[in-house]
Amino acid sequence: MSGQGIGQIIFYAVALVALGYPLGIFMARAYTREKLDPVERGFLRLLGRHSGDEQDWKSYAKTVLVFSVGFTAVLYAIQRLQGHLFLNPDRMKGVAPHIAVNTAASFVTNTNWQFYGGEYTMSYLTQMAGLAVQNFVSAAVGMAVLVAVVRGIARRSSGHIGNFWRDLYRSLVYILLPLAIIVSVLLISQGVPQTFHGHATATTLQGAQQTIARGPAASQIAIKQLGTNGGGFYNSNSAVPFENPNGLANFIEMLSILLIPAAQVFMFGRLVFARRHAWMVFAAMFAVFAIGVAVNLPAEQHGSPVLRNSGVNITQGHGQSGGNMSDKEVRFGQASSTIWTVATSDASNGSVNSGFDAQTSAGSAVPLVNLFLGEVIFGGVGSGLYGMFFYILIAVFVAGLMVGRTPEWLGKKIEAREMKIAALGALFVPTMVLTLTAISIVTHSGLASIYNSGVHGFTETLYAYDSQSNNNGSAFAGFGATSFSAEVGTIALILGRFVPLVAALALGGSLAQKKIVPASAGTFRTDGPTFVVLLVGVIALTAGLMIFPALTLGPIVEGLMH
Amino acid sequence: MRSLVRSLIVIVLATVIFGFVYPLVITGFAQVAFKNKANGSLITRNGVVVGSKLAAQNFTAAKYFHPRPSATAPAYNAGATTFANLGPTNPDLAKNVAAAAQAILKLEGPYNPGLEIRDIPVDAVTTSASGIDPDISPANAALQSRRIAAVRHLPLATVQKLIRDSTDGRSLGFLGEPGVNVLELNLALDRLGGK
Repeated sequence: MSGQGIGQIIFYAVALVALGYPLGIFMARAYTREKLDPVERGFLRLLGRHSGDEQDWKSYAKTVLVFSVGFTAVLYAIQRLQGHLFLNPDRMKGVAPHIAVNTAASFVTNTNWQFYGGEYTMSYLTQMAGLAVQNFVSAAVGMAVLVAVVRGIARRSSGHIGNFWRDLYRSLVYILLPLAIIVSVLLISQGVPQTFHGHATATTLQGAQQTIARGPAASQIAIKQLGTNGGGFYNSNSAVPFENPNGLANFIEMLSILLIPAAQVFMFGRLVFARRHAWMVFAAMFAVFAIGVAVNLPAEQHGSPVLRNSGVNITQGHGQSGGNMSDKEVRFGQASSTIWTVATSDASNGSVNSGFDAQTSAGSAVPLVNLFLGEVIFGGVGSGLYGMFFYILIAVFVAGLMVGRTPEWLGKKIEAREMKIAALGALFVPTMVLTLTAISIVTHSGLASIYNSGVHGFTETLYAYDSQSNNNGSAFAGFGATSFSAEVGTIALILGRFVPLVAALALGGSLAQKKIVPASAGTFRTDGPTFVVLLVGVIALTAGLMIFPALTLGPIVEGLMH
Repeated sequence: MRSLVRSLIVIVLATVIFGFVYPLVITGFAQVAFKNKANGSLITRNGVVVGSKLAAQNFTAAKYFHPRPSATAPAYNAGATTFANLGPTNPDLAKNVAAAAQAILKLEGPYNPGLEIRDIPVDAVTTSASGIDPDISPANAALQSRRIAAVRHLPLATVQKLIRDSTDGRSLGFLGEPGVNVLELNLALDRLGGK
């Protein structure tokens, strides 16, 4: 590990706080502003009388679900019909039904799992008016739900948690759109294409013909990173030079991945008047992030068994980054590939700038575990923090048990109902991951998707359901699309998104009704380092222990075998 | 029912604004402010598009620097990028790396007396993530430089200078890693003349 590599990592952390903190303050203001702007007023008038009224959690959840179902149907239709529609210069045909349904679910759930290669499957219309729209909207849905849950925590004796349409509007117009415009422009300036011309054809220096895919990429890539979506314009995602041309573009994209999730922690602190507590949550998240970097980077720099045994030079220095360069790009080398790997798997983003299938067993165990923790280490926009609330409740509950007091969190008594919701929210998805992996691994239809044989094939399968259930979208990309894997994946995508989402809203609704109890000497303090340790410990003991047996069957065995 | 109607209205609005207006405005800006980059950083020579700065292309001739191995079909297909997806212990990976290393020893050996397998930088024998990595490491370029100098009858120092000119350093001095752009380097060699 070189000084320059560590420098990059530290600079990344500093930039994340320096930009995320003010953005968090801005977001807190954007959501709490009482006055409607003129466009917002027009928008609500268009939606009809009382469309902007306060909702209880059930009504809020129902609106989210109806809205998401509607958008899934539209996205499916666009993909199926793209061959007959406009903005299709390269004459893409309609997408196959099982791929189209998986992709529609994948983008509406903010996952962006891809069973297709963008540049040779999707028309510009589908990319732009279908997938990229979802990159905005699915992100905004997560952000809206988070702010509703936070309102529930902040309010007392109230039946309402806000209005979905207003939260959606403010997430889109005040936060996502301005940031996407800024990031688009920055990326274009670094060389990311933004054009409506079809593929270019070049005559190479040796006289061959080369097809060069391009399109309206920058506008989509900006929002895919900011909205923790991750779906690539190209098949190899952000490893493709057109998506990610140099070190600076790479840094901007990596920062965009964690920016909003990090800012939301600070926003939360302001909205519930517990800034120190928010810093502790941030510290817990950052600690897990740092552990990921500290495991992945040395493992990848050390190189894979095959490369070490091959005899070629994998030592860093003397004009090369060295290490495991399989499915990695020269301009990123090891350090930039590691930060991306950890950030994208912590954040439920899922875009990649290197191939995970080719990472070392210890290296690729990092994203595998990060996903399994439920995407709460920064996590998806909105969904990360509301997922973290489940773990916070469990941590507070455990602390309460230790001192023999009714647990409290931010002045609210945590009782049986909240604990049931938290347990469901925290444990449903990991259980589903293990179940679907087991089904896939004992059926012929499931095994058909495996590309690398042996232990690594098990890890491919585990990763696929880990990624889809937790709405991440990154992949051991060798894992193939069959109608079985696409359909089981679709179930994972939908349940993985909406079960925790509804649970979080129920939690917000439940907390909103409670009175504030004044803190006493027996109240467990959630604004100190003890809480950070407890929170990280709870995450490790719940999700961490659940994945451990599966981990031993996959990366650990693979690591021991060589 | 009311939320369904409202959803449909928002779906139409969102599609118009984020699906059309936003990318159209960004494209308009890009086509004015960064025309070449926005259209794929294409490079033309004598009026013919010969490739893109951002995509490797197939070089097999001895007079050219060669890019990293590619897993796309055919190799260096900038219309269908892909990883190789071979796991860290996959026997096929071992075979591919060994074959690539032997090919390099055979190609560069005559120009680099005493060349051994441990002199080959790892990026020269591994597939890139995109399959169209436009760069090779400076170490990889240095390995190939003696062959180029000999085949083109150029002083080694001239080739080394061209390598330096085609090297994109780390952004802002510390982000990412340095890489040598193979297409730009080969174009510079061709401009210099020689065979």
